[in-house]
Amino acid sequence: MANSQLALDSVFHALADPTRRAVVQRLGKGTATVSELAAPFDMALPSFVKHISVLERSRLIVSRKQGRVRTCSLIRENLLEAERWFELLRSQWISRYGNLDTLLAKLNGDENDV
Amino acid sequence: MTSDLRFDFTADKAARTITVVREFDGARQLVWDCHTKRELLDQWFAPRPLTTQTKHMDFRAGGYWHYAMITPDGQKYWNRLDYKTVDPIDGYTAQDGFCDESGIVNPDMPGSLWDVGFADVGARTLVTTMVRYASPEALQAAVDMGLKDGLASTLQRLDELLPTLVAA
Repeated sequence: MANSQLALDSVFHALADPTRRAVVQRLGKGTATVSELAAPFDMALPSFVKHISVLERSRLIVSRKQGRVRTCSLIRENLLEAERWFELLRSQWISRYGNLDTLLAKLNGDENDV
Repeated sequence: MTSDLRFDFTADKAARTITVVREFDGARQLVWDCHTKRELLDQWFAPRPLTTQTKHMDFRAGGYWHYAMITPDGQKYWNRLDYKTVDPIDGYTAQDGFCDESGIVNPDMPGSLWDVGFADVGARTLVTTMVRYASPEALQAAVDMGLKDGLASTLQRLDELLPTLVAA
């Protein structure tokens, strides 16, 4: 789990910023060049490139340079890994509340018996 | 019997907060009792296949619940919920922490903040639970317990979740 924890930490940091979240969302639809990704934002390119670097370090995205064009793509497995943690928590709540349904049915039944 | 009961689970990854909204087929007082009385909590709180065992319960602002979640092979995970505010039967807030059998909270393992609200929906009760994890490590610890107990096998439809992941 040690590796996973490291990833989770950096993924949280990466997704804590609205610009970076938007970039991840955009890359969910397919690969894009850095200039395509930067276009919707009113931001100097060097600042935008820093966001791209943070995303790369978190291993949520990967980029490749061809000539003067840098193309980014999402690493879906790593995004899913982050999602898996939350899915586990969700499972715990479903199970816990299933127990409570059973208990309430029992308590309501006892009440009706009186 | 409960398939029509509302259930929403949302995770805000940036804020490390999960929000669980769930409807229960019971009057608000009864659902409140199930959340605040030790003999009732012991019957449902731990996800299966774990069981819950209360060691100490003092449900009031400044009081705390000290309990263990026990695995089928007998391993105990001790937790402590320190109540900050109590507003019967509307809601309560509490600080959750990992601790040992004597109730001493592990300072290296920050827990989570709970904000739980109860509302009437006709004859039913809607419970809204917001849990904010203090750190990625706290979230990790909460998830690890699930991993250890085989809940991972319930995972499904991960691909469907991808489009919703970055909605924040």
